[in-house]
Amino acid sequence: MRSWEDKKIRYLLVLLTVHCLLLTDAHAIEIKKQTLPNGLTVIHAERHSLPIVMVTLLIKASPLNEPEDKAGVAYLTAKLLNEGTAKRKALEISEEIEFIGASLNASTNSDYTTISLSILKKDVDKGFDILSDTLLNPLFSEDEINRKKEIIKGSLRQSEEDPSFVASKAFIKEVFKNHPYGRLVNGSIESIDNIKRDDIIGFYKKHYLPDNAILSVVGDLTPQELGSLIKKYLGQWKPKVRSQESGVKSQESDTKKTDKPKVVIIHKDITQANIVFGHLGIARNDDNYYAVSVMNYILGGGGFASRLMKVVRDDMGLTYSIYSSFSGNKEPGQFEIEVQTKNESAGIVIKEILKQINKIRTEPVSNQELEDAKAYLTGSFPRRLETSRRIADFLAAVQFYNLGDDYIERYPDYINMVTKEDILRVSKKYLNPENYVLVIVGNKKKLSLSEF
Amino acid sequence: MRLLKFLLVSIFLFIPFTVYSAVKEYRLKNDLKVLIIEDHKAPLATFQIWYRVGSRDEPIGKTGISHLLEHMMFKGTPKYGSKQFSNIIQRSGGADNAHTTKDYTMYHQTLSSDRIGLSIELEADRVVNLLLDPKEVVSERNVVMEERRMRYEDDPQNLLYEEVIATAFKAHPYNWPVIGWMSDIASIERNDLYEHYKNYYAPDNAFIVISGDVNVEDVLSKIKRNFESVPKPQRNLPVKNFSEPLQKGEKRVYLRKEAELPYLLIAYHVPSFPHEDSFALTVLSAMLSKGKSARLYRSIIYEKRLALNVFANYSGLYKDPFLFVFGGSAAPGKNIEDVERSIYNEIERITKEVPSEKEIQKAKNQIEASFIFAQDSNYTKALYTGIFEMLGDWRLMDIYLEGIRKVRTEDVQSVAKKYLVDDNKTVGILVPVKKEDEKLGR
Repeated sequence: MRSWEDKKIRYLLVLLTVHCLLLTDAHAIEIKKQTLPNGLTVIHAERHSLPIVMVTLLIKASPLNEPEDKAGVAYLTAKLLNEGTAKRKALEISEEIEFIGASLNASTNSDYTTISLSILKKDVDKGFDILSDTLLNPLFSEDEINRKKEIIKGSLRQSEEDPSFVASKAFIKEVFKNHPYGRLVNGSIESIDNIKRDDIIGFYKKHYLPDNAILSVVGDLTPQELGSLIKKYLGQWKPKVRSQESGVKSQESDTKKTDKPKVVIIHKDITQANIVFGHLGIARNDDNYYAVSVMNYILGGGGFASRLMKVVRDDMGLTYSIYSSFSGNKEPGQFEIEVQTKNESAGIVIKEILKQINKIRTEPVSNQELEDAKAYLTGSFPRRLETSRRIADFLAAVQFYNLGDDYIERYPDYINMVTKEDILRVSKKYLNPENYVLVIVGNKKKLSLSEF
Repeated sequence: MRLLKFLLVSIFLFIPFTVYSAVKEYRLKNDLKVLIIEDHKAPLATFQIWYRVGSRDEPIGKTGISHLLEHMMFKGTPKYGSKQFSNIIQRSGGADNAHTTKDYTMYHQTLSSDRIGLSIELEADRVVNLLLDPKEVVSERNVVMEERRMRYEDDPQNLLYEEVIATAFKAHPYNWPVIGWMSDIASIERNDLYEHYKNYYAPDNAFIVISGDVNVEDVLSKIKRNFESVPKPQRNLPVKNFSEPLQKGEKRVYLRKEAELPYLLIAYHVPSFPHEDSFALTVLSAMLSKGKSARLYRSIIYEKRLALNVFANYSGLYKDPFLFVFGGSAAPGKNIEDVERSIYNEIERITKEVPSEKEIQKAKNQIEASFIFAQDSNYTKALYTGIFEMLGDWRLMDIYLEGIRKVRTEDVQSVAKKYLVDDNKTVGILVPVKKEDEKLGR
């Protein structure tokens, strides 16, 4: 059993790791990381160029932690934090935050939940006060739960208007079957109805714990200022005394390979076929992640530099947007190619996708393509970290995925080590032109699919 | 120069938060204006070139030509072939894109500040040497038609928006969408594009904004080297003083389309910045709609539970008078008529009782804070500078923020009374039509 003493927070200022963020000395940002006695990991970077502070509190709670029949409980729990505490009613929370021009939002993705506070420096004390209140004392009243459920269910229904949403939903369901990645993060109308107040409270108590969280703070704040804010507002956050966990068993990924393509066609009275093509991909911690990143950039991840865009948009004029992506999640995510084209040209586009996949699996990429991809992936790093908001989110994710405190320095090496042979190897391993899922949402009367 | 510095100091005292006061302004011999904002917090820079041409400048029958030309700007010059522009920028770790609005077209790149010369060279090349290969025109026209299908034809809410705008404006070219009508896009030929390009893509109709980790002298000399030779054409741009006649009675349109939930838009004609009422209208829209404590959310979503979402939107940053738009979707099982009525109730409430000081202060704080947050990005900083320059002068930024600070509670009430009236509104309703799935039987 771990004990918690408030006074230990005094050691907050002891810094366990320090390293530089950006390579140019003049722009280096120092990152300080440490673990508090209550188990909370705190990451801090000072940036005094503007009087603003960006906070990302990452909670390791997502659909990966929910039972299938309560799908959406992670999302619902996060969305209810701002809807009333022991001290403040829902409207008081939004009134207080908005009066100072700040924002405080919670959101959940496939792997984790984040609470984001964006605030002016002068109001940072108030911001931490409300963040702490909503984090530590949420009420989860029946009334607010019902309100929120109605809105989430209504949004789910409205999303059905969006053909690319319909296609993606059908796609992940086919690829992941019963695995949580096969469901929408916000659940389904049925599973939301299934969620009771006790489920939410249980989920909250189990996951909203300091030793299950990462606090990332970037902006106009000194370590001393941050230290006293944490002491004042997160000092009451106690780790749970844990017995052996029972709860939700980590769900087996029921994604056994089929032996032939699975094609799903959904009719809508629309002018374009919304196509999603793909299959199971890789996890973020896979050794091949960087080779796959370079390969995907060349295939369809590199915007106008990618082959798919070059051929299907630039040469053929058949789409406005086509791209491929690998979701490098905690567990293997999906590989997908998404494209919209008029119903009549769906078949030609699918044929071209298969052709491009076969090509990258059988022929080495050119030297120029490899160099360009590496130059982009390494060169774009500073740009991806331009703002304090982006840095705060990035640092929390680096910690969550265990990418290492030296990730930023090592990233260029990870990318630059990739060879043409690696690309051929991972293309063969992670792209499959025989066993795939193909979802087409379009007008059945006009779809032309004979070409592929 | 000295005079300029003096001016900057006085502005700085006025608005301590903005770094817009750090804008440095230059004009090349060919009239191209250059605005530079130094910001050394990250080794990055944004380059933007703005052309004073948007869908409002298009001839009837060729709507969408400004946007199609924007696409064609990426399709090559003799020196850099199709899409080479983006490839070169990406190879440097940068990102580039462009967008067209009703009033302007803007191209931008964000990249490592030591590569800013690339942007300058490539933009100077394509402002003069664009290929406009007829075969590429055909192909890109098809791309834009796919874009239109995706953004409008298959998106019921956007399609309703298009209907409402087209109904609200009958004389002013704000009537048509930036992307253009489908049949117009299909009819645009190489020569149309060439003429549009030659008329509007010229140094006296453009300006550059750079924000980031740059040295002013250095970047300016690069710009002079590349842009000063761009000729200023001998032509008179048409002066377009459009004016929409006063609306005298409600207009109402319906869109019947496959959709899940009914959706509503209500648009009122309003003036744009720097009209004296534009400040109070800006505060009014924040007060109604910015956040969950704002009136519309609080009343129509939270208390009455009638709508899934509801908003009020006013941007005064148009060249000509545009619209104050309300909108929302009915919650499942609720009537869109009730959502509409509730919006009118909120308008009526404002006209009957003056909003509290605190509520107005909140709206002002939100507007001010969002300006400060926006300064963390070179792109948004340059964007705001460019928007005001487009409206006449980047220094208008000060007038804008000052104007908002001076808004009084009575002003908010009086603009609501003046503009949010029945005779001045256009209402659009999306009526969901059932899916015909089963009938197909295939």
